[in-house]
Amino acid sequence: MKRMTAVLAAALLLSGCRAQTANEIRIGLITPLTGDVKTFGESVKNAFEMAVDEANRAGGVAGMKIAFVVVDDRNDPTEASNAANLLINRHKVHAIVGSVTSKATIPVSDLAQGSKIPAITPSATNPKVTVADGKRKDFMFRACFIDPFQGRVMSRFARETLRKEKAAVLFDASNDYSKGIAEFFGNDFKDLGGKVVAYESYGKDDVDFSPLLTKIKASGADVLFLPDYYNKVGLIAKQAREKGIKATLIGPDGWDSPDLVKIAGDAVEGGYFSNHYSPEDTRPEVAGWVKKYREKFGQTPDALGTLAYDATNLLLDAIRKAGGNDPLKIREALAAIKGFKGVTGEFTIDGNGDAVKSAVILRIVDGRQKFVKVVDP
Amino acid sequence: MDYFLQQVINGLQIGFVYALIALGYTMVYGVVGLINFAHGDVFMVGAFIGLYAIGKYHLPLFAVFLLATIGCAVLAVVMERVAYRPLRQAPRIASLITAIGVSLFLEYFTALNQVFGPNFYSFPRPFAVSSWGPGDISLTNIQAIIFLVTLSCLGALQFIVRRTRVGRAMRAVSFDPVTAGLVGVDVNRVISITFGLGAALAGVGGVLYGIAYPQVNTFMGVMPGLKAFTAAVLGGIGSIPGAVLGALIMGQSETLASAYLSSTYRDGIAFVILIGVLLLRPTGILGAAKTEKV
Repeated sequence: MKRMTAVLAAALLLSGCRAQTANEIRIGLITPLTGDVKTFGESVKNAFEMAVDEANRAGGVAGMKIAFVVVDDRNDPTEASNAANLLINRHKVHAIVGSVTSKATIPVSDLAQGSKIPAITPSATNPKVTVADGKRKDFMFRACFIDPFQGRVMSRFARETLRKEKAAVLFDASNDYSKGIAEFFGNDFKDLGGKVVAYESYGKDDVDFSPLLTKIKASGADVLFLPDYYNKVGLIAKQAREKGIKATLIGPDGWDSPDLVKIAGDAVEGGYFSNHYSPEDTRPEVAGWVKKYREKFGQTPDALGTLAYDATNLLLDAIRKAGGNDPLKIREALAAIKGFKGVTGEFTIDGNGDAVKSAVILRIVDGRQKFVKVVDP
Repeated sequence: MDYFLQQVINGLQIGFVYALIALGYTMVYGVVGLINFAHGDVFMVGAFIGLYAIGKYHLPLFAVFLLATIGCAVLAVVMERVAYRPLRQAPRIASLITAIGVSLFLEYFTALNQVFGPNFYSFPRPFAVSSWGPGDISLTNIQAIIFLVTLSCLGALQFIVRRTRVGRAMRAVSFDPVTAGLVGVDVNRVISITFGLGAALAGVGGVLYGIAYPQVNTFMGVMPGLKAFTAAVLGGIGSIPGAVLGALIMGQSETLASAYLSSTYRDGIAFVILIGVLLLRPTGILGAAKTEKV
């Protein structure tokens, strides 16, 4: 009993004496550094650290230095909520950046809301991230467009530019992002006079898509919409081509990873996807960013990293305007952001905490992403 | 009709892979009466051995299968020696929980950066994919290899169990371990061999799975393991032909449910069939009812 008390006391002491000075701003980053969307997490971490470093080197924000903690969520909703709890309760952060995907961000948004800590996700596009059951989570923001817009961009592109008649949709029924965007795409495609000839789903751990692909092949679809992340898309694309499906493959921003072509090879060649920015954009902000990132990390920044850079800078701008590390004031400043100039474009936060921004469409040509066009909201 | 036949071929592909895993469950259960929950993870290790053998060392396919079989067999024998043998006389629930523990250990230990790592790896194809077939039916060379390799493994297993001394010893231990020991069968050795044989098949299954669905991670064994276990129960756990039959039924029901109903019903249908069969025949389709001796 005595020993137990001693251990308890030691534990209390240890947890009580973490160095937390009042005169600093603590920001937590939640990002998937391992697991099925690892490349997303890595570029988000790189870009986040770059933005914080730059601010610290310029003397900090609102007269204070920025301290940060990075936590891995493995793109798993449970891990993401553990991460948010850790950041809020243990590290006592003043604001959170993250997470990266919708399914991991939804639990983070609820916890941030409950603890009144402002959070901004660079890239979670599902509407439920900022609004649940018609109720706005007013501490949650995002630096990207939302899935209804993305679904509309791709359905319009498939109908009007590619002139496709029959669409097949194959999505992950256990993933909010995939399910949401499949629905928006399917409805819009029908509204535009097209036919959705196959609308099939699979589960998170599935790797055998042959029955579904055989069905899609028999449906005679001329375009196949694959709303998922690059790992799954790569597997599906490969099997689709092996089954002899010749339809054009299209998808959302989850395709944006150098690993997609590594996994799928020729199977995704000629496919199109919507994204947040193109590194080929000629605006000076983009060119400067791409150069800076390449010098430091030796690769071209993907959209996720670029959005993370913008999201972090948005948050730092809000902290500057709030004049300190008070979470409530930071929240107010975030909600009032208008015309902020980032790398991916101009940001205005709307009433739902979402950024109103244009999308780009990219095509995979010779294994590389080629810019096709910009679509305004 | 073409559509139906194509779906049947799809179902055979996944069914045969389930069969290779289900055999391990059923053999171990038949001989020791233990449900080895770590079996799906042995399958995962087989896939990773394939990944390194093909991707890093560019070994020929034959050598890849050989390495995966040996690697998995050794792993299973060690697993049995360290985790299960000390508990052989303990209540059955203790072994069952240990099996779950071993399973979690394998999943998370191999997910460490120093071992396989926590990421998704793309499995290199050792050959280009081609397909033949009339009309809309196509049989790919991957499917052909899966059918061929699985059928020869089955043949070899049937031969070992029915026609060799080791096989006779296995059947004896399965029937009554105490008496088998009394008449001179080395029970421990037979159990080790059973674990090794089952794991070797899982290793082959892992490599085939990697070739067919070219992506591996350390949790990849969980779902196929669960499905194969279900297949073994469906066919009658403890029965070798039963495991294969169960796996083929699982494969077909999953595929045909996706093909003619909706993909969301897929897992549901497979389990409804399982419940139905168990209600009518609690020992599974080919399972033998064991009478408890009082």
